[in-house]
Amino acid sequence: MSNPANLKYTPTHEWVRTEADGSITVGITQHAQELLGDMVFVECPDAGRKVRAGEECAVVESVKAAADVYAPVAGTVTGGNGELDGAPQKLNEDPYGAWIFKMKPDNAADLNSLLDAAAYQAHVDSEAH
Amino acid sequence: MPFIPHTDADIREMLAGIGAPSLDALFEEIPAALRSGKLTGVPDGMNEMQITRLMSDRAAQDAPLLNFIGAGAYEHHIPAAVWRIVTRGEFYTAYTPYQAEASQGTLQVLYEYQTMMASLTGMDVSNASLYDGASGLAEAILMAVRSHKTSHKVLIPAGVSPIYRSVAQSIVRLQGNELVEIPFDAETGTVDMKALQQHAGSDVAALVIPQPNFFGALEKVDELTDWAHAQNALAIALVNPTALALLKAPGQWGAKGADIAVGDGQPLGAPLSSGGPHFGFMCCKQALVRQMPGRIIGRTVDLEGKPGFTLTLQAREQHIRRAKATSNICSNQGLMVTAATIYMALVGVDGLRRVAAASHNNTAALAVQVSGISGVKRTFHGPHFHEVVLHLPKPVPAVLASMQADGVLGGYDLSAHYPQLGHALLVCATETKTEADLQQYTDALRRALHA
Repeated sequence: MSNPANLKYTPTHEWVRTEADGSITVGITQHAQELLGDMVFVECPDAGRKVRAGEECAVVESVKAAADVYAPVAGTVTGGNGELDGAPQKLNEDPYGAWIFKMKPDNAADLNSLLDAAAYQAHVDSEAH
Repeated sequence: MPFIPHTDADIREMLAGIGAPSLDALFEEIPAALRSGKLTGVPDGMNEMQITRLMSDRAAQDAPLLNFIGAGAYEHHIPAAVWRIVTRGEFYTAYTPYQAEASQGTLQVLYEYQTMMASLTGMDVSNASLYDGASGLAEAILMAVRSHKTSHKVLIPAGVSPIYRSVAQSIVRLQGNELVEIPFDAETGTVDMKALQQHAGSDVAALVIPQPNFFGALEKVDELTDWAHAQNALAIALVNPTALALLKAPGQWGAKGADIAVGDGQPLGAPLSSGGPHFGFMCCKQALVRQMPGRIIGRTVDLEGKPGFTLTLQAREQHIRRAKATSNICSNQGLMVTAATIYMALVGVDGLRRVAAASHNNTAALAVQVSGISGVKRTFHGPHFHEVVLHLPKPVPAVLASMQADGVLGGYDLSAHYPQLGHALLVCATETKTEADLQQYTDALRRALHA
């Protein structure tokens, strides 16, 4: 599965989709879910939480490890994906459909610093070596 | 049997192998001032016959004292089979069961233990144990704060063991948490509800509810649990496992039940041994399972569909999550837990109930007997489990010294931790005490006070 070109990415393997209202939706990439393996639990942040860029925001737990999901930019969390409660495997089955949390960035310009699909792929390839 | 890892010949051979002329030459790089030289304070070795004689002479100096001290470590009868089984090599030498295929016996014992503890506390899940009751309480506080998210304030009654409060404070304070002490009612020794009510409406993460409390007094657990939940705080039950055979399980406290139950497991099969080792137990509601430190053993099936046991929910333990682990002191006390599991299996539900009832009755009988001594009275009024506080007409240390000369360990002196109680002595008489023992206590106390 290739990384959708309409999304932005972080070096810590989150994908970011900018919505029409300026908010963003965050999930983890195909590469991240593959590394972690079968998901068993997802801990989403509560709405209203203020986060800094790079702050630990959610936790995804697989049979192998528990990993943090980081806020891609500074802002305020507007909600977590309740559908992952009891169905964490959605992150494995449909990584670019199963989002983890949504947030309102403090500054829309911060999004420009994120990676595009090609740059993210190059980052993944470089980590493999 | 002497333990000599290397003979002189071995050492010569090794020195020759690396080209060092002597041991001193080998360590020459370490400045002389830092080398210990000869250990002059250490006497020459003794042979087995001599050391056996020395140690049995010393052991004989330990006069057989009749013990009436509780205060967190309780003398109970331990069936001989318990430690006979626990000290089998298969249990005694087993290491952490990371490798499930080589550890089915250990894993099954832990699984049975968890089942028993969950049943005793009325909670959904149990972990495989923690170090002791005091650190277990600290972990429960951290767990409550993690799950609460906004508050770092936890209310802790002054009737919780002062040692537990001090340990909990050491562990949780530097993580920005605040333990607020709730005074006890002078009449009953239990939580002062008026003082507690002053915290209503403030942002509180949890309320610790001891049952029984350090004075042996029984708290109004239903009311306290409901109060905590009304504040959107968790209810942490700090319980004596023996008492649970008679009292309502934390899972049934109040309308919704306590959220976490912790305590010290020593009364379940671990002997009194200079203060240790003990083990801590921790149980919780299903919703909190991912906040619970330590390991949990699960029952599952292998590829062929055969049942087996394995570590589960360990993704947040330190060997995987390192600095971000739920807790970095989540070792369990496997051997003590094995003893507790065998103890509970041997005495059974009815046996544990009889142990608890006999301990309660003995303490009650003792309290009545000593109240006949002029100047001695119970400090608190109200129901108790197997400990009571006695108010004496004289300073406690001298009384205890005099009783000890009479062969009786008379109890735990409360004056250092609770000066407001005056000459207060905490006394415990478990099922191990006979009528004659209670009489001996009463006589010794009378002599100590009125000789």
